[in-house]
Amino acid sequence: MAELKTEDAHAREISAGWQNDLYEALRRHGVTQFSYVPDAGHRICIDRSIADPDVHSIALTTEEEGVAIACGAHLGGAKSVLLMQSSGLGNCVNFMSMVQGARFPFLTILSMRGDFGEGNPWQMSMGQATRPILQTMGFIPLEVTKPEEIGPTVDAAANMVWKSGQAVAILLTQKLIGAKAF
Amino acid sequence: MADASERSAGPRYTLDRITAVPAVVGNADDFLVVAGLAGTAKDLGAMTKDGSNFYGLAGAMGAAVSMGLGLALAQPNKQVLVATGDGELLMNIGALATAAVLNPPNLRILCVDNGHYGETGYQKSHTCLGVDLEQMAVGAGIKSTCSIENEAGLAKGARMLREANGTCFVLLRVKPTDGPKFKRNLDPDAARVKFRLGTLGHV
Repeated sequence: MAELKTEDAHAREISAGWQNDLYEALRRHGVTQFSYVPDAGHRICIDRSIADPDVHSIALTTEEEGVAIACGAHLGGAKSVLLMQSSGLGNCVNFMSMVQGARFPFLTILSMRGDFGEGNPWQMSMGQATRPILQTMGFIPLEVTKPEEIGPTVDAAANMVWKSGQAVAILLTQKLIGAKAF
Repeated sequence: MADASERSAGPRYTLDRITAVPAVVGNADDFLVVAGLAGTAKDLGAMTKDGSNFYGLAGAMGAAVSMGLGLALAQPNKQVLVATGDGELLMNIGALATAAVLNPPNLRILCVDNGHYGETGYQKSHTCLGVDLEQMAVGAGIKSTCSIENEAGLAKGARMLREANGTCFVLLRVKPTDGPKFKRNLDPDAARVKFRLGTLGHV
């Protein structure tokens, strides 16, 4: 047991490291609106947005709200990011048509479920549909599989979104975040 | 289907939106405006002459309140008016809860409730079957709310949209008839560019 706890603690430390990197990279690129549906993979990012007096931390009732909030933020000259599980992507599809049709710059960070090592059968279908949905709606997926890739991936995404006007989804894969035990 | 002369949402739905919406809003150019698809996009499109302070949806049903919230947080020194219909709001009613929690003082929500889905042939909506959207706004936690259903109430609604101390919600009941005939540019990208140029001075 002692050994297991040590492994857990180590995993938590690594996870805290890249989640902090993620928040700091988003802030460095001027993101001031963080919308989210609560999620373990985004826990630190969410908590830091709540504690940060210089940003709006926006808890949503459903993920699609965050898509529309980001579009409104852009109309007003602010940068907004949507943090969600991959399962939330299914709630967003119709609003994604507005992002595409109006060419709203858009960034979302997806914490993946239903993929590498998943043990909950309820997550599988949406997890496997995530990439095809992104492709169908014209959103560009950027995958992160290692903690050290977080910063450079956010840098790349920020350029693609706020300089080239694209819609980008950063996928925090289960190789990075692990699969929850069931 | 009932024609316009027979159609009714009940005795509380008697105002004509063509006069009632301008009476409550006043000069729409005092606001940055987001309008939900169909009726309210025409109401506010006509009032702003599809101006650079106006972003009207023609799809993405249910997006108006959330879009207005993102805009209000981004532009705290400007008043943001969201004009939505009963059908549009019902599609994403949880957005009221999110707006209430954030409570930006510059966010004004006007719901023009005709009890029907006008754009698709005036099928009845939930509101003329007993659903009260002002009560849902109250339940969501919005502190300033009111319902307007006669001429005498219009001034109260107008005052709330101008003076409320926090996010407010005004429910304006109108009869189920068409709004102004107005052709706006339906290109969502052109509208985005127009709005950004007008509001920020750059694309």
